[in-house]
Amino acid sequence: MSDLAIRVDNLGKQYRIGVQNDYYPTLRDALTQAVLYPYRVLRYGLPSQHETIWALRNISFEVKQGEVLGVIGRNGAGKSTLLKILSRVTEPSEGYAEIHGRVGSLLEVGTGFHPELTGRENIYLNGAILGMKRTEIQKKFDEIVEFSGIEKFIDTPVKRYSSGMYLRLAFAVAAHLEPQILVVDEVLAVGDAEFQRKCLGKMSDVASQGRTVLFVSHNMSAILRLTQETIVLEGGRMLMRAPSNQAVDFYLSSGLSQSGEKRWPKEEIPADSYPFRPIALRLRNPQGMVVETVRSTEPVEVEVEYELASAINGLRIGIYLMNTHGETIFTSFDTDDGEMYEKYSVRPAGHYVSRCIIPADLLNDGRYILGLNASVYRLKRYFHEPNVLNFTVDSTGAPGKQWFEVRQGFIRPRLSWQIEREAYAFEQG
Amino acid sequence: MSNTKALPAKLNSETIVLRPSRGWIPLNLHELWVFRELIYFLTWRDIKVRYKQTVLGAAWAILQPLINMVVLTFIFGNLAKLSTDNIPRPIFTFTALLPWGLFSKALADAGRSMLANRSMITKVYFPRLIIPLSSVLGGLVDFFIQFAILLGMMLYYRITPTSAVWSLPLFVVLSLATALGFGLWLSALNVLYRDVGYILPFLTQIWMLVTPVAYSAKVVPAEYQFLYALNPMVGVVEGFRWALLGARPPDALTLAVSTVITMIALISGMVYFRRMERTFADMV
Repeated sequence: MSDLAIRVDNLGKQYRIGVQNDYYPTLRDALTQAVLYPYRVLRYGLPSQHETIWALRNISFEVKQGEVLGVIGRNGAGKSTLLKILSRVTEPSEGYAEIHGRVGSLLEVGTGFHPELTGRENIYLNGAILGMKRTEIQKKFDEIVEFSGIEKFIDTPVKRYSSGMYLRLAFAVAAHLEPQILVVDEVLAVGDAEFQRKCLGKMSDVASQGRTVLFVSHNMSAILRLTQETIVLEGGRMLMRAPSNQAVDFYLSSGLSQSGEKRWPKEEIPADSYPFRPIALRLRNPQGMVVETVRSTEPVEVEVEYELASAINGLRIGIYLMNTHGETIFTSFDTDDGEMYEKYSVRPAGHYVSRCIIPADLLNDGRYILGLNASVYRLKRYFHEPNVLNFTVDSTGAPGKQWFEVRQGFIRPRLSWQIEREAYAFEQG
Repeated sequence: MSNTKALPAKLNSETIVLRPSRGWIPLNLHELWVFRELIYFLTWRDIKVRYKQTVLGAAWAILQPLINMVVLTFIFGNLAKLSTDNIPRPIFTFTALLPWGLFSKALADAGRSMLANRSMITKVYFPRLIIPLSSVLGGLVDFFIQFAILLGMMLYYRITPTSAVWSLPLFVVLSLATALGFGLWLSALNVLYRDVGYILPFLTQIWMLVTPVAYSAKVVPAEYQFLYALNPMVGVVEGFRWALLGARPPDALTLAVSTVITMIALISGMVYFRRMERTFADMV
């Protein structure tokens, strides 16, 4: 037997659309459909394949023992489906995979936590759900409690915990799971910076002990830090497998994240947004080109194109700017200004473009996410999508670039500094 | 954190093969044994959580059958006046309410179990059979509490158990197996069709009426006895009264039919459940 941990061969997963999410068939539907089925077949032919989508297809790769493999891709690229198959939560629809060794999955921390049970009780319950033996949990109990840092509340029901405490306890249990293969999905997206550091430390511990880790994340710096190789998924297919720095570079530069423009096809617009209909959100540089990477030293224009099928009173179009940790940096509406607010108190039906400029020398290096909102204050939210468009800010030429260091902070303003030598203060000592 | 020695020596000891399953799926009961601690923990959780944030707590385990007993004794003793084989009516009813309560609660809990635990099902792998199984077992603690009350009542009425008391565990197992068999069907169907949640209360209500809880099976005319025996709970309830109160023994044919029905429900339930198992995480 070789030193393979995971071998995936032509794996695919098909979902039936509609059935998968919010459509619960009732017995009545099943019965009427059974009755009407022969009629439908006669009239429309056999049911077509359009009702299914391949969330994942033709995926083949191998992971060696002790390797840490990253998985990146947009939302809906199939990352979570892949992990769900490998952790045996769901079955593949085609293909084959073999896994050598016990798999521990962190698809979400705190699975099976019961709010009425105390921290102590939940450690045992959650441990058992994640596949630990009771003796194993007993042995690690003190370590888990210490790692979580909630010793004082260990006999308090977790429903009285703050969300931070809850998360810390949940992660502490999961982190002490010692499987040969660890499958992790976005656990690090949550929690404060301190806690995230702790989690990353724990992950690299696991990796350095020779265990195999499959790590899905949107956090590119964590991917770069923890993994040697990374696979890039897009639309359920595997685009590449490469050393992580190349894969991340490819992912960020290939415009997989929509290349500076998001257009909404009709079927993507929720019905309840009517009469508001988004058409596009784009970013333009000062030359008017639609861009995905903007320079921090130049202003960038945000353009929202939309239609109103009928007039709306008090409508406001807003954008959110978030960083890749999900922290909001700012929110702004097109009628923030008092004059605009008066002028557009009623917006008649028609085709609109709302534009604004994000000034130069505002944002720091990094990836940012733009969200869109269309609402009437306190009355109705027509449309809300926090994750519409990703873009990169490049700070070449920004103040302070003479030092090759990473500047902390979300913003990188050009502040006007004065330096004066004050003889008087100096003499006073 | 421990070092590399925590890694088990035989790295390739477990090889899991994932591929689409087709047709009949083996029951894989061995895997249930491997996961026996999880069965224990989930049962323990259900018991632990059941009476949290109630004023009366575990007293509900006693109050429920007692109230039922009072109501049924009044209705069937004073209004319907059905025969009890010369056994004091309260204890006659209470003895039947014990296995019935165990069964109906286990059935209802198992039927709802897959939906109630959906967050686990979509995140972690374990044999899904564990979920209905542990919810069936969760009712046992209530049963034992109620059994203590029953013993007290027997002292009060000066009834000594018959020599057939050894058969009691068998009847308990039969009622749990029946609950599990039908519970497996209901829980798997509930994932697909939420109607099950609405059917359950009626199902248990009607089932209770066709079970000799408040009356003696004797009142059922002889020509319907065979049909009546198709309800496995008839044998269980009659068996309880026979073993504890010295009522007439359950008919051997009735017991045989009950057992066969239970086995059919249990095996078909497991097979159906296993067949549906692959879609649970996508459908629930």
